[in-house]
Amino acid sequence: MKNRKFITVILPLVAVCGLILLNALKSDPPLKHRNIADNAGLTLPAGFTGTALITGIGSARHIAVTPQGNIYVKINKLKNGKGIVVLHDSGDKAEVVSSFGDFAGTGMYIKNGYLYASSDENVYRFKLDAKNEVINPEHPETIVSGLISRHEHEAKAILLDNAGNLYVNIGAYSNSCQVKDRQKGSMGQKGCPILDSAAGIWQFKADKLNQHYSDGVRYATGLRNVMGMDWNYQDNQLFVMQHGRDQLHDIFPEIFDQKQSSLLPAECLYAINKGDNAGWPYIYYDQIQHKKVLAPEYGGDGKKAGGENAIDPAAAYPGHLAPNGLLFYTGNQFPAKYKNGAFIAFHGSWNRAPEPQAGYFVVFQPFKNGKPDGQWEIFANGFSGSQAQTESGRAEHRPCGLAQGADGSLYVSDDSKGTIYKITYKK
Amino acid sequence: MRVKIIVSCVLMMLMYAGVQAQVKHKAKPKAKHATTGLAASIAKGKTVYMQTCVSCHQVDGGGVQNMNPPLINTTYVLGDKTKLITIVLNGFNESVEIEGNTYSNTMPSHDFLKDEDIANVLTFVRNSFGNKAPAVTTAEVTKVRAAVKKT
Ligand code: HEC
Repeated sequence: MKNRKFITVILPLVAVCGLILLNALKSDPPLKHRNIADNAGLTLPAGFTGTALITGIGSARHIAVTPQGNIYVKINKLKNGKGIVVLHDSGDKAEVVSSFGDFAGTGMYIKNGYLYASSDENVYRFKLDAKNEVINPEHPETIVSGLISRHEHEAKAILLDNAGNLYVNIGAYSNSCQVKDRQKGSMGQKGCPILDSAAGIWQFKADKLNQHYSDGVRYATGLRNVMGMDWNYQDNQLFVMQHGRDQLHDIFPEIFDQKQSSLLPAECLYAINKGDNAGWPYIYYDQIQHKKVLAPEYGGDGKKAGGENAIDPAAAYPGHLAPNGLLFYTGNQFPAKYKNGAFIAFHGSWNRAPEPQAGYFVVFQPFKNGKPDGQWEIFANGFSGSQAQTESGRAEHRPCGLAQGADGSLYVSDDSKGTIYKITYKK
Repeated sequence: MRVKIIVSCVLMMLMYAGVQAQVKHKAKPKAKHATTGLAASIAKGKTVYMQTCVSCHQVDGGGVQNMNPPLINTTYVLGDKTKLITIVLNGFNESVEIEGNTYSNTMPSHDFLKDEDIANVLTFVRNSFGNKAPAVTTAEVTKVRAAVKKT
């Protein structure tokens, strides 16, 4: 008995410990490579450094950075009754300066001396002083109110151009415009009525108060839900990232298996001209067949092409990765190849289960003359914590908003743990 | 650094010995009754779950942050069976709040599932992810479906 215990218990332990000790003795790694926390847990291309400036500030959605080093963060779930947090970046850490705004939401943008912010129904603005600080945090001006928010895709991403316009995403309150949302086998509504008031980008005047739907223009339609948008000044054009539809398998199991459903459809980058239609809900883009495919709700079989009137994406990415932030990089800090290219923050998937989840990273998409040019690559990875956390979807951090600092640093928000990352480059 | 490693090795040894001791005290595994009513219902329910619920509520039943609620120790899962069965039959779109979080997605009706499948999947959910609650029977689902239809 004693002998057995020695063999089954003591011996393996001695062996394991011996191995650990041996390893520790022979390979104390050089300091430089030892700590992944060096980059706040992020994996970045050579020469880049990642820093977690602060954590625990709440569900940090979109962000805006001032030349004075303040970071305005829009919070999606009120914290101490406030929905905007102001941080000051002192280089390798940030401190909370103040918080204000009694509305939760996603959109945050600075333009022409104003801080614009959105709730799920309204867009507000706050006047900034010469130091880009909010003058009267208690009294925002209401720019737009009464936008649709119906229990799905409520968040209103916002953007301003140089011509005095405000762009607002109004997401579809539906997955695929079925008669019964997300129900197995339910077919698409004829002449999808959602498109009248949602599933598109609306354009409003940036400086006119109290606007409603009737004051706006439906600038682009057939976009199921857009979180990441930015203006490309090389081509003077709006670019948006669409969240593609969910649940091909759940709804049409006889056409799509779970594996196909986890990869399709693509998350698409669109270059938008006024009046464009991207085709939702009638079609989706299949990045494997490289074509617009008729949605099964409208008679599709996973192969039939559709969407003759719909624009093609400028670039397509794997399904369900949830692009929540888009930023054209115009700074000079990063190497030349990044200039005028696009960073895309992928929040990470959920609709791939039971297949492994994916995403939770920031992608770089090279551009040339205002158009995508070449293969996208993962720029910043490791937000989830580990491969296992990526695959289970139980990610530690989830990238959401992007902003560029005056010195060309890249800021990334995380709405899961409320971390703000700063990514810098040194030759 | 090295001291730490040696200390943790000793700790590991102690822990391992502890685990071994515990294992010893445990009773022999019960004879397998894989076909008892409950075990069979849970097994069949898992198949239904992995086809129809998993994409929203996830493999671990933990749901999706801000979108789909967890099915772990909620009052809906562990509570009144009639209400629970109704959620699956009719779908649910009432902005449930669980531990201060709300979920902005739609749970569709699953009335296309057979009574037996609904009984099994709910029995599986009520006995998985750390949940422990009595099984749901096919007869109970049949009764609720009839009542729901009338209204
Ligand atoms: C399309 C996604 C989706 C699918 C598929 C789905 N659910 Fe749900 N479920 C939800 C959402 C979203 C809610 C919360 C609705 C609300 O807030 O009003 C919910 C709520 C629930 C609740 C009550 C709240 C809780 O967390 O306890 C239960 C129980 C439940 N679902 C069980 C199931 C079961 C069992 C299945 C499979 C037969 C299923 N659901 C399939 C999305 C889904």
